[in-house]
Amino acid sequence: MSASLALRTLSAPPPTLDAASLRADFPIFARNPGLVFLDTAASAQKPRVVIDGVAEFYRTDYANVHRGVYALSERSTRRFDAARGNGRRLPECRRSQRGRLRPRRHGSDQPRRADLGRRRPAAGRRGAISSLEHHANIVPWQMLRDRLGITLAVAPLGADDCFDLAALAASLTPRTRLVSVTQVANVTGEVLPVAEIARLAHAAGAKILVDGCQGAPRMPVDVRALDCDFYVLSGHKCYGPTGIGALYATRSIFDAMPPWQGGGDMIETVTYEETTYQPPPARFEAGTPDIAGAVGLDIAPRFMAELDRDAIHAHEAALTAYARAALGAIAGVRLIGGGARPVGVVSFQVNGVHPHDLATILDQRGVAIRAGHHCAQPLMDRLGLPATARASFGVYSDEADVDALVAAVRAAQSLFGFDGA
Amino acid sequence: MMDLRELYQDIILDHGRHPRNFRCIAEPSNIAKGHNPLCGDKVRVFVILQDGRISDVALQGSGCAISTASASLMTEVIKGKTLPEADSLYRAFHARVTGGAEPQIPAALEDDADRLLPLGGVKAYPARVKCATLAWHTLDAALHGAAADAAVKTE
Repeated sequence: MSASLALRTLSAPPPTLDAASLRADFPIFARNPGLVFLDTAASAQKPRVVIDGVAEFYRTDYANVHRGVYALSERSTRRFDAARGNGRRLPECRRSQRGRLRPRRHGSDQPRRADLGRRRPAAGRRGAISSLEHHANIVPWQMLRDRLGITLAVAPLGADDCFDLAALAASLTPRTRLVSVTQVANVTGEVLPVAEIARLAHAAGAKILVDGCQGAPRMPVDVRALDCDFYVLSGHKCYGPTGIGALYATRSIFDAMPPWQGGGDMIETVTYEETTYQPPPARFEAGTPDIAGAVGLDIAPRFMAELDRDAIHAHEAALTAYARAALGAIAGVRLIGGGARPVGVVSFQVNGVHPHDLATILDQRGVAIRAGHHCAQPLMDRLGLPATARASFGVYSDEADVDALVAAVRAAQSLFGFDGA
Repeated sequence: MMDLRELYQDIILDHGRHPRNFRCIAEPSNIAKGHNPLCGDKVRVFVILQDGRISDVALQGSGCAISTASASLMTEVIKGKTLPEADSLYRAFHARVTGGAEPQIPAALEDDADRLLPLGGVKAYPARVKCATLAWHTLDAALHGAAADAAVKTE
């Protein structure tokens, strides 16, 4: 602690975000005056550079890719391929690395594409996940379990509804082949010790997949420092378009992975007898890809890089701490989990006010939060809650948003006759 | 902006906080489960049908104030009704919360239908209509479902 503090005072302070002026870059706020948007964890709003960049691409350079010999198609192809190359910025994986990043559909699809060992019988092999996972990091493994006969271990939740590294370690066996965990829990905002989990997984002879859907928009990500085998992210949560995401894996893994869909760009040669496939990443991209989505996913990380990803992390962590302190100070409000330094997300319960009623009452004051199970029903079961209220932040969020949330929560308590009772 | 008090009237808040007939019936003649996957609300409706009349009705489950109050009021107006009377009230209620054309109801049921008026505010909140209708859909499944243990979902 003291060492890092000393470093911080010696080096230049990180740039800070001015959320209020940043809002001018997000047209949604001008079109919706008074909007207090606290549901960025579900999907981030889009900056003008992304909206305009995608529109401009359609207006100026659009044609199908990797097919036409005419100039327009070549221009479109260049733009698409450049976008894929630039995808290394999110997460950071330097050109020297063997890893590749390929534009893919949304994050929920990613783990399914990363499934290992399809070509070999897998009965008896194990996968392990944490208790904090989104359905997208549970259901694909259950589907694989039912298809291949693998088993799926779930590390139990630790004290204070937090991740428990020892419990995860205890769930690993010599038969564990893959550990798949989120970087930032989408319900509680807890940051999992992914680098340590990677060490544990590798020591057990397993590979590790990191679900970066909530992490990538909120913190710097260096896949080499994390030493993860797979990293997945969702474009629309990183200020980019919907319908596209990215899967990072090391080259040797990609080379060993069979295609999962047939046709279009993944083909090298086809006869009626057999087909040979393109090398990765084209092998995994059947049909016409989400070309404009890739263009948008190229622009979004540049937008984040210009803001400085360290600054984004500092901003979101500080705002989360502010929100937890402000909400926690309201009598009758209980915060759910979060761990040591939660980022971007805070889940809470208001005594006597169901989250759905709360969300409706808040909406009347222009405050948009999420209420429900947040695509994490098994976690809700473990917490013994049918639902929580969740506020989540983005680069455009600030303390005034939190203050509006707090005032609205107090108004809901008052309406329901629970003034802190 | 609509006044929230039109949605959360005192009677809604009261029934939401202190729902009536929230208990199990040990040997129901009809039973159904309802689930709203959007918000996680779950209910079970128990009915005792005797000689074509609902002699007892009860609910168990958890939900928001709207769904709890709607379920509670439903049990109060439904108890003692014949099946056709229950169906009439269901149709009248459904029309009221979805903003549809309200059907003619028998004069004898007008007082009961009026007791459901406070839930009419929900039609201004499309995302919440399913909260109000969950218990009624589940009752409908209990009374008319093909299986003895019917299940309904709002999604």
